[in-house]
Amino acid sequence: MSTLRRIGSELKVPALSILAAFLVGAILIFLTDVEMLRGLPADPLGSIGLGIGRVIAAYSALLRGAFGDPAAYGKALASGGDLNLWTRAVRPLVEGLVAAVPLIFVGLGVSVAFRTGIFNIGGAGQFLMGALGGTLAALLFGAGVTPVPFAILMIMIFGIIGGAAWAFIPGFLKARVGASEVITTIMLNTIAGNLIFFLVTNIAFIHREVGVGQPVSTELSKFVDIPGILPIAALRLNIAFPIALLTAVAVSFFLFRSTRGYELRAAGLNLAAAKYAGIAASGSIITAMLISGGIAGLGGALVVVGDAHQLQPGIEGSVGFTAIAIALVGRTRPLGVVATALVFGYLAQGGRLMQADTIIPIDMLLFVQALVIAFIAAPDLTKQVMRIPFRRNAKPAPKPVTKGVA
Amino acid sequence: MRLELQKITKQFPGVLANDRISISVDKGQVLGLLGENGAGKSTLMNILSGLYRPDSGKILIDGKERVFRDPAQAIDAGIGMVHQHFMLVPVFDVTESVVLGNEPTKGLLGSFDRAAARAQVVELSKKHGLHVDPDAKIESLPVGVRQRVEILKALYRKSDILVLDEPSAVLTPQETEELFDIIRGLAKGGTSVIFITHKLNEVIAVADKITVLRRGAVAGETTPKKATAAKLAEMMVGREVQLTVSRSKSHASKPLLEVKGLRVLNDAGKLVVNDATFTVRSGEILAVAGVQGNGQTELVEALTGLRKADAGSISLEGETLTNRSPREIATAGVAHIPEDRNRDGMVKGMTVAENYILNTYHLAPYSKNGVLSRKEITAAAEKAVRDYDVRTPSVDTDIGALSGGNQQKVIVAREFGRGVKLVIAAQPTRGLDVGSIEYIHRRIVEQRNAGAAVLIVSTELDEVLALGDRVAVMYEGRIVGILEAKSATRERVGLLMGGIDK
Repeated sequence: MSTLRRIGSELKVPALSILAAFLVGAILIFLTDVEMLRGLPADPLGSIGLGIGRVIAAYSALLRGAFGDPAAYGKALASGGDLNLWTRAVRPLVEGLVAAVPLIFVGLGVSVAFRTGIFNIGGAGQFLMGALGGTLAALLFGAGVTPVPFAILMIMIFGIIGGAAWAFIPGFLKARVGASEVITTIMLNTIAGNLIFFLVTNIAFIHREVGVGQPVSTELSKFVDIPGILPIAALRLNIAFPIALLTAVAVSFFLFRSTRGYELRAAGLNLAAAKYAGIAASGSIITAMLISGGIAGLGGALVVVGDAHQLQPGIEGSVGFTAIAIALVGRTRPLGVVATALVFGYLAQGGRLMQADTIIPIDMLLFVQALVIAFIAAPDLTKQVMRIPFRRNAKPAPKPVTKGVA
Repeated sequence: MRLELQKITKQFPGVLANDRISISVDKGQVLGLLGENGAGKSTLMNILSGLYRPDSGKILIDGKERVFRDPAQAIDAGIGMVHQHFMLVPVFDVTESVVLGNEPTKGLLGSFDRAAARAQVVELSKKHGLHVDPDAKIESLPVGVRQRVEILKALYRKSDILVLDEPSAVLTPQETEELFDIIRGLAKGGTSVIFITHKLNEVIAVADKITVLRRGAVAGETTPKKATAAKLAEMMVGREVQLTVSRSKSHASKPLLEVKGLRVLNDAGKLVVNDATFTVRSGEILAVAGVQGNGQTELVEALTGLRKADAGSISLEGETLTNRSPREIATAGVAHIPEDRNRDGMVKGMTVAENYILNTYHLAPYSKNGVLSRKEITAAAEKAVRDYDVRTPSVDTDIGALSGGNQQKVIVAREFGRGVKLVIAAQPTRGLDVGSIEYIHRRIVEQRNAGAAVLIVSTELDEVLALGDRVAVMYEGRIVGILEAKSATRERVGLLMGGIDK
């Protein structure tokens, strides 16, 4: 099979799942439209038209929010080279990428764990501890104490160490005493959140001039700013984005080209066979968790210093759980994770405008996201909803391969 | 009832699974349906049981055409399936399992009438000579008895046509004999039986009529009287097959593997290998016979480093291997074909090439400075695929997509592909078709002839007798006898397997 066809067939299910989720979402928007329902008995056709209009309005707002307003593009085009108009037109495009950055990092992190057969749901905690590491590095090395590139390097290293250290705990417990990582990582998420809360409230080094008792750190941009990669300051995409992409390439190389990655994948797919092959399971578990947490932590550090600019509980948002969805939708392949994270990033970005422009609550987007996951998890369901010719064949008939290999 | 399938055709994408297959079985007749893995037996039976709809062709019962839209309709028509993998709830008892889905009830509320159910089960089991304790929990029963429960279940649903899918795969020789008695009894009572298998001797033993399938079509029909095992094998595979390996005299020389006083505990801490002492010499095959579960699995695990030995010593050419790691043991020159290839022998989800390097991936030339060399791996795997005649579209195909025989060939190629002093092969041909069995046996004998010491563990007496230069028998964890090939008769070994000395 040619590479192109393989990619095509791999993309089919995720792409259709997203499409199917939006279809079902449209039905829900339609059915929950109170105005439409009220008018239905008196004026069925008009009400249905109204309902359909609402759906179109909602999704068009979503698209405009994600990719920019055609009208704004039109103005920018008409003006020729007006930098301000252009900036305004393309800002949603850039913001979608910004929103995707933490998702890429944590998505890659949990993918490495999943590949090794570890269900790491501690992405949020590892992200937070990475953010703590990044914050400390910024406070220690920033504000002219060391040159900026060195400070940024230290922020990244501290972030990796923070996330990896946090992930080491469940990895070690699983390898040593068989403690379920599902339980330990969830608990460590809560602990991380409260630890951050405690530190930013009580440790003077972190909260500095902010009033004692406020659960927020000092403004980090005073110490270090992560350099942007676009020439216009208003378009706030910084080097975290290319670093995220490089990380994806590195993870891909590690998993599929390195000896250690081979071990992790073998252990993840069949632990008994890995043992037979002489691969130490406990070592694989701890390695995978260190890498997994390290990547999430790197994301946390770059996002807190470069985007949030202040450490506080809650900056992780729902990144932990969204990342799990992203890893699954992207089939734990780095390229798939990046692509899915971009989709989810744009979805989040577009949702803001949808909520502002229409009466549709942002929860609708969470609903659509959840549906995407449901459809991915149940490919057969997707096939039926999308009317793909469907064969009833629980166990595909063994293909007798008649051709020998030359 | 008389069942007839006429010109059944079923096409799957890329595969014509059933190509105008016609078979029939009369009332009280036993039809042996013989074919290799992938010959279309399962598809045909799934059509008969209502799981698949045929693209064309008819199902006739007593001359009347029937269409099954789902399994319930097939059951209503009197077709009872006993699957290879039992469909029983472990925590239910026998009575509950048999009546499940069709429970007798009492009272207004329709509560479960246990007493009536139990009486019916007892009556059925008496009538057909299927002895089971109606109150025993399924999880406490050996597989042979579980199978009887499955048969009872089908009879309870008033099946006139009983389909048994590879029923002997999980049974000991004795249990198989008992099953044959049951089948004969059922046929005498008027039940029609379709007996699906790939084991030649079994159809000859139990069937009244034999239909052979090959590549989705009927390759021939015969009766046990006219057929010989060799002829059936030829029909099945489409070429002449050697059923017994031709094997020159053994030139056994110096002892390579020496096991002394080995004691091994199982996971539950029970002593399952008790004071095993034996040697395997260069250029000979020692075949270990025994009924499944007499410590053979743990013996092999201890020899290959997958389980700790409790006491005793294992050495290869004088080098101590007791309680060394699997990797150290493999590096010392031990090839291991594991008993459960799905569990231990390969990683499904990885490619043929990746599986080929499963225990050498960390060595040059496959790995350099922690990076895998795709070129070297692909080249080595492609050579192995050629040398061992593995049928696969490419070495980048997921090993899970190959047939059992081809998967085993990949494993054998991998194990024999590095310097081998000792071969440990556990159930090396379990679940394989005749063609693959022949091939794997030949390769193992080749290793012996090249001077390796070979230890084969098998529950198939035929395999033990065909390959062993010497035969050791394990019973309840002990090696109860080691016989030279010429004195290892079927009877003698069979008795030892049953724990009877002399």
